[in-house]
Amino acid sequence: MAFFLETLLGGLMSGMLYSLVALGFVLIFKASGVFNFAQGAMVLFAALAMARFSEWIPAWLGMDNLFMANVLAFAVSVAIMFVVAWLIERLALRYLVNQEGATLLMATLGIAYVLDGFGQTIFGSDIYKIDVGMPKEPVMMLESVFEGGILINKEDFIAALIAALLVISLSVFFQKTATGRALRAVAADHQAAQSIGIPLGRIWVIVWCVAGITALVAGIIWGSKLGVQFSLTTIALRALPVVILGGLTSVPGAIIGGLIIGVGEKLSEVYLGPYVGGGIEIWFAYMLALVFLLFRPQGLFGEKIIDRV
Amino acid sequence: MKLRKLVVTASLAAIGLSAALTAPATFAAEEQFFPVLAYRTGAYAPNGTPWANGYVDYLKLTNARGGVNGVKLIWEECETGYATDRGVECYERLKGKHGGATVVQPLSTGITFALTEKAPVDKIPVITAGYGRSESQDGSVFGWNFPLVGTYWMGADVLVQHIAKKEGGFDKLKGKKIALVYHDSPYGKEPIALLQERAKMHGFELSLLPVAHPGVEQKATWLQIRQHKPDYVFLWGWGVMNSTSLKEAQATGYPREKMYGIWWAGAEPDVKDVGDGAKGYNALAMQHGAEPGSKVVKEILEKLHAKGQGTGPKEEVGQVLYMRGLISAMLAVEGMRAAQERFGKGKRITGEQMRWGLEHLNLDQKALDNLGLAGVMRPVQTSCLDHMGSAWARVHTWDGKKWNFTSDWYQGDEKVLRPMVISAAGKYAEEKKIVRRTAEDCKK
Repeated sequence: MAFFLETLLGGLMSGMLYSLVALGFVLIFKASGVFNFAQGAMVLFAALAMARFSEWIPAWLGMDNLFMANVLAFAVSVAIMFVVAWLIERLALRYLVNQEGATLLMATLGIAYVLDGFGQTIFGSDIYKIDVGMPKEPVMMLESVFEGGILINKEDFIAALIAALLVISLSVFFQKTATGRALRAVAADHQAAQSIGIPLGRIWVIVWCVAGITALVAGIIWGSKLGVQFSLTTIALRALPVVILGGLTSVPGAIIGGLIIGVGEKLSEVYLGPYVGGGIEIWFAYMLALVFLLFRPQGLFGEKIIDRV
Repeated sequence: MKLRKLVVTASLAAIGLSAALTAPATFAAEEQFFPVLAYRTGAYAPNGTPWANGYVDYLKLTNARGGVNGVKLIWEECETGYATDRGVECYERLKGKHGGATVVQPLSTGITFALTEKAPVDKIPVITAGYGRSESQDGSVFGWNFPLVGTYWMGADVLVQHIAKKEGGFDKLKGKKIALVYHDSPYGKEPIALLQERAKMHGFELSLLPVAHPGVEQKATWLQIRQHKPDYVFLWGWGVMNSTSLKEAQATGYPREKMYGIWWAGAEPDVKDVGDGAKGYNALAMQHGAEPGSKVVKEILEKLHAKGQGTGPKEEVGQVLYMRGLISAMLAVEGMRAAQERFGKGKRITGEQMRWGLEHLNLDQKALDNLGLAGVMRPVQTSCLDHMGSAWARVHTWDGKKWNFTSDWYQGDEKVLRPMVISAAGKYAEEKKIVRRTAEDCKK
C-alpha cells in the first residue's frame, strides 16, 4: 500500500510538472489558435538564458550572492523572452494572419528549430546548472502508519506548488482582465477581433510573452531538476498527451490532464512494465490520450466545435 | 524587405565561412583521410562534444608531430546527432571523399550495428573502442569490426568481478540482488547476455530496468529500485540519462556507493551538475580516467591550445571523454602506422591495409611512452582473430570534485567471455552465410 501511494504521489507531482509545459501550449492556442510546436524549444531557450546569466552576472559584477544573481538572471531572461516573443511576431506570425492552422503549425515547427540552434549557439550545448536552492534530499512521511514510511520528493512538491500558483494566476488573467478577454476574442476569430479594434499584432506579442514566462518558469523547475541541456525540449513531447487529454483550450484541463497522465504513466511503468519488458511510460501516456480521444475528441475540458450546415 | 535581405546575406556568409573553416579539402598523395562522425548538438552533445574534441586534437597533434612517416592527416566532421539514420548518411557521404576513408569510428552502438553490414562491402574498418557489438571481438567472423580495448561484455564482467571481490568472493554473490538500469537501445541491451550468464553461474538475482531515450524521466524506475532494494545498481546510461539517474538515486535515497556505471557513465558531464549528490558513485574507467597530468595532454596544450589551434575549451583537455576520443584517434593512427611499416612508409594506405595494421597493433610500454601515454593506459596487442586486443579496466569514484581510481586493474574472464563470443559470432556467421577466416586468410 505504501509503495502504491508513493507511486501515486510521484505520478501526481510529475503530472504537475508536465502541466507547466502543457500550459504554454494551451495559452498560445487559446489566445491565437496556433498549436505552438516551439514550446519545448522555448523552455530550453529560457532555461539556457537563466542558467548562463546566473553564472555570468556574478562573474561580471564580482558578486557572490546567489539569491541576487538568480533575481538578476531571472529579470534578464524575462527580457530576453519578451524580445523572442516580439521577434516571432515580427518575423513570422504577422505574415500569416488568417492562414490555415496547419500553416501556423509549420511556422512554429520552424521557430522550434531556430530557437534550438540559436540557443545552443549563443549559450552553449553543455549541461548547465540552475541552482535556485531547491532541496534535493527526500523526506519520509507517515512512518508510524507504514513500515519505512512514504517517500516524498521535496523538490517535486515545491515545483507542484509553483505550478499550481501559476495556473491560478493565469486563470485570473484570462477570465478577469480586459487583455485576457481580448486574447480569447482573437482566438475565436482573427478577423472579427480585428474588426472591433483589437490590435492583432500586439495581442500576439502579449500571448507569446506570457507563454515565454511560462516557459521560463518550466525551464527553471525542470532545469533545476535535470540540469539545463538539450533534452529539455523533449519535455514538450511529454506534455503533448496532456493537452490532447485535457483539451487545447482549457487551463484547468492542462492541470487535470497532467495529473492523469503523470499518475497513469508511473502506475503503468511500475505495475504493467515488468510484464512487457519495461520502458512503457512514454508510449503509455500517448495510448491513454488516444483512448480519451475516441470518446471525447475535444479532450476533457476542450470546447466542443459545432459546425452548422 | 531590408531585414530579409540582411538575413539572407548573413546566412550565405555564414555558410561560406563554415565551409572555409572545415578541415583541408584538397587531396594530395601524401594525405590520409579520417572521417569524423560526431555529435555536438542534441541530447547527447554534452558527452559527444568532448570525445570529438579529443579525437580531432589528436589528429592535429599527429600533424604537428610531422604526420605518420610524413603523411599528413586530413579529416572532415559530420554531425550524426547519435541517430542511426544520420550516422549512416554521414558514413555514405564521407566514405568516398578525399581519396576515400580507410577507417570510421561511429561512437554509437546503433550506428555500429548498421555499418557492420556495410564495412565488408566498402572494405573500411570500423573501430568501436569501448562500444559496439561484443561478439565482434571475433575477427574470424567480424573481419572489419574492431572493438578495441574493451567490449560491453568485458565491462559487465569486470563489474561483477569487482563487486564479488568487495563481497569476499563469487560465492558471496548468491542471493544478492543486482539491478541493471539501462538505456533502452542496442547500447544499453549489450551487457544483458553476460549478466544473465553470470547470474546463472553465481546465483544472484538480476532485474532489468530499461529507461527510454533520452532518459530524463526515471521516477518510476527509481521507485521500483526503492521497492526491490537491490544490493547494487549497474548503470548503463549515456548523456543526460546518467546525471538523471544520480539525481533520482539521491531523491529516493539510494546510496551512490552501491552504484556502478559502465565507462560511458563515468565522466565529468555525468556528475558535475549533480555535485555532492554524486559523491561516492563509481564507474569503470576503460584503461584511462581523467588524465590532466599526462605527457600527451601537456603536449596538446603546448602545441595546439597555446597557439589557439586547439579544438574546444582548454579546460576540457584531459577530462575522461576527451581522453577517450584522443585514445580512439591514437588507435586509428597507430593502425595506420603499423600498416605503413608493412606496405610502405610514407605512403597512403587503403582500407584493407588499415585492417592489416589494426590486426597487428603492438603498442608496448615503450611505444606508449613515446606517444606520451605513460600511465594513461596499458599495452595493447591485437591479432587477426582477436579484434578487441588486450583490455583492462579499473574503477574510479567521484569525490564530489574529481574522479579518483579506487581499484586495481581488471581483465574480463576469458573462460566466461570466449565461449559467449564464439557462440554469438557463430550464430551471426550462420545467419549471414559468412565463412570464417582461416590462419592463411589472416596472412593476406
